[in-house]
Amino acid sequence: MSAHELKSGPLEYRTQEGRMSILGFWIFLAAEVVLFSTLFATYAVLYGRTADAPVPGELFEPGIVLVMTFLLLTSSFTCGIAIHHMRRGSVKGLMTWLIITLILGLGFLGFEIYEFVHYSHEGATLQSSAFWSAFYTLAGTHGVHVTLGIGWAVLLLIQLAKRGLTTVTSRKVFIISLYWHFLDVIWIFIFTSVYLIGMVV
Amino acid sequence: MKLDEFFVTGEPLVYGGMVSIVLVTSAVIFLLTYFKRWGWLWREWLTTVDHKKIGIMYILSALAMLFRGGMDALMMRIQLAFPNMNFLNAQHYDEIFTTHGTIMIIFMAMPFLIGLMNIIVPLQIGARDFAFPFVNALSFWSFFFGAMLFNISFVIGGSPDAGWTSYTPLSGAAMSPGPGQNFYLMGLQLSGIGTLATGINLMVTILKMRAPGMKLFKMPIFTWSTLVTCFIIIFAFPILTVALALLTIDRIFGSQFFTVTGEGMPMMWANLFWMWGHPEVYIVILPAFGIFSEVIATFARKRLFGYHAMVWSMILIAGLSFLVWVHHFFTMGAGAFVNSVFSVSTMLIAVPTGVKIFNWLATLYKSKIEFTTPMMWSLAFIPSFVLGGVTGVMLGMAAADYQFHNSYFLIAHFHYVLIAGTVFACFAGLEYWYPKMFGHKLNERIGKLAFWFFVIGFHVTFFPQYFVGLDGMPRRVFYIIPEWMPLNVISTVGAFGMGVGFAIFVFNIYYSYRNSEREKTGDSWDGRTLEWATPTPVPFYNFATVPHADKYDAFLDMKEKGETTFEEEKLEPIHMPSNTGQPIIMMAIAAFASFALIFEWITLAVIGLVGVLIMMGIRSFDYDEGYHVEVDEIKRIEREARGL
Repeated sequence: MSAHELKSGPLEYRTQEGRMSILGFWIFLAAEVVLFSTLFATYAVLYGRTADAPVPGELFEPGIVLVMTFLLLTSSFTCGIAIHHMRRGSVKGLMTWLIITLILGLGFLGFEIYEFVHYSHEGATLQSSAFWSAFYTLAGTHGVHVTLGIGWAVLLLIQLAKRGLTTVTSRKVFIISLYWHFLDVIWIFIFTSVYLIGMVV
Repeated sequence: MKLDEFFVTGEPLVYGGMVSIVLVTSAVIFLLTYFKRWGWLWREWLTTVDHKKIGIMYILSALAMLFRGGMDALMMRIQLAFPNMNFLNAQHYDEIFTTHGTIMIIFMAMPFLIGLMNIIVPLQIGARDFAFPFVNALSFWSFFFGAMLFNISFVIGGSPDAGWTSYTPLSGAAMSPGPGQNFYLMGLQLSGIGTLATGINLMVTILKMRAPGMKLFKMPIFTWSTLVTCFIIIFAFPILTVALALLTIDRIFGSQFFTVTGEGMPMMWANLFWMWGHPEVYIVILPAFGIFSEVIATFARKRLFGYHAMVWSMILIAGLSFLVWVHHFFTMGAGAFVNSVFSVSTMLIAVPTGVKIFNWLATLYKSKIEFTTPMMWSLAFIPSFVLGGVTGVMLGMAAADYQFHNSYFLIAHFHYVLIAGTVFACFAGLEYWYPKMFGHKLNERIGKLAFWFFVIGFHVTFFPQYFVGLDGMPRRVFYIIPEWMPLNVISTVGAFGMGVGFAIFVFNIYYSYRNSEREKTGDSWDGRTLEWATPTPVPFYNFATVPHADKYDAFLDMKEKGETTFEEEKLEPIHMPSNTGQPIIMMAIAAFASFALIFEWITLAVIGLVGVLIMMGIRSFDYDEGYHVEVDEIKRIEREARGL
């Protein structure tokens, strides 16, 4: 609760509140790692249990998944640029690159929704077998995280437009950037351990 | 859905429950209206972000839950006292042992300890509140509404009846249709969110808000136990979140995780559940160890023996707690090798735990013990807990476990560790820190009477269960055979003894409120740690000036030097967070959404979920930065509190 504000260093780290929020968010991300690990473990355990539904090798296609991967990885890069602009003190640069990040994220989501609809038309639904339940839950949880992240970032964009860069807004933006990079890392694991393995095995 | 499907009908006991709920609720509403206390309730309690008040609300709720879980226990003991009893039917018995277990672990033990942590940890480290006071209030309300949701199940919709472990496929949609099991899933999910948030909150608080000079290895031992517990919470609770979510998706949206059709794996539930569940039992025992350590050091009037060993053994226990989960289902058939590995890791836990036992004994050795009530609980804990621990090692031997599994031997074991460990600690901690919370002690004479009833009742209840278990009585049966009767009668008598002990304990709260001498110094027991440095009742900002705490047992050091937490020349304005109604509103909406999901009213659930998201949005735009308490105000409050 100390109100002493540092005079130098990144804006988001200058107050005690800022430092504590960022540490708290890192710890939250640790909990998120456990959450996704459990989902990955579930997926691994249920791998191959497709019952009467199609097997993943029949449905997974390299093209669309590569596009999704490209979109999300690029969005992580643009998110990094956004934070770079924030550190330089440029609200305009920050907001521009944040919006680009969100558009890439929306693109990712669009492809993911298309993919889910496509699979379910082919007879692989959440209900059709244990494997597909695990697939939809794992990929879907990641997708829901991306969706929430986009909604959250939109709220922050409004606050940035209203208030500019303060210790509070820059802390919030910094935290959502951590979140966004984290989702990227999770996607890399989904890409390799779900899609790549699913295509070859 | 018809009304008679919505409410539970046909059980006289349940009708009794309904009537008492209506009566108590009306009485509360009447009293609040009559004494014009609604505004007070809202301003002082429901919207508070003060860690001390939130802690008190946690403890009050936990006591209420102890009453509910205890009533369940007594009903079970009546049914089991004699062969061919018809007090409860099979279905009702199933529901009651399920709610008993779930409530005692999730809604009694954990909130009680979290309540004590809430009040004491910031005081012990010289902090003015939690790192995130808003989140703390949010956590409390998520627990509270989760608990209410779970508790209401016995009158609305029907209680869950698949045991507190809720094993699949029994708890799946095919074998347990209807809302009962959904109450379990959503009640735990809602309160689990709060527990995880508290874990993060307390961890940041302890890591970042300690008084200047207080290194990690200078922290009071209860704070250490809290930090280690937070670590377990953060790494264990997401597993529960996922397990509950998967089963919810199974039940409501028809997925196949734990089903026997669609190639699901029912046994995966047991794994996921206990990967959380075993760490969970350490979540409720490590803070208990912390409380006993504080109490024993205070009333032995000695520094805690082997402080470093105490801390490291807790860290070791926390690590091992994640590596033993299979011992809950050795008989599921994982194979000799897997069972051996988990058998060894299980027995390893006895090593750091033994270290702790010997450290407590060494603290007591050659000390001048003061037999206060909290100390009595602590002294009763040591031998009782050892009994529970030793039988735990017996259960940990995989080969022997095939005999003990699912019998009353197991029931006796885990009640010996959970009651002698956690419940004794809750009572010890509450009585020890009671003067800090309410400004007066609990009456010692009545407290000791409650102690003797409860402790003797406890042994009379559970000691025979070891033997009736070895005689072959399985858990979760609702009829006993005549051979098991004598020991079961003894058990039931003991259970009522515990009930009497609890009743006396609660009466003591009322009696002491009326009659106890009010505290003046704030240092009720000649304490050693910083929580005793504040005046009593604690000012809302805790410390007027934060002390420099570079010694272990910091307050002892301050007393020697004649320092206080009110150094007038060092006073500065104190920044405090504002009260807010957002946490309770947000969680009430979340509870509404969960309730709708329990009855599979998807549209309503979605509306509720949108409501929660809107509340989060409102919070995001909330730039309230709290307020400052000015120096003159602090001086006035401190002088009044200290009688200067």
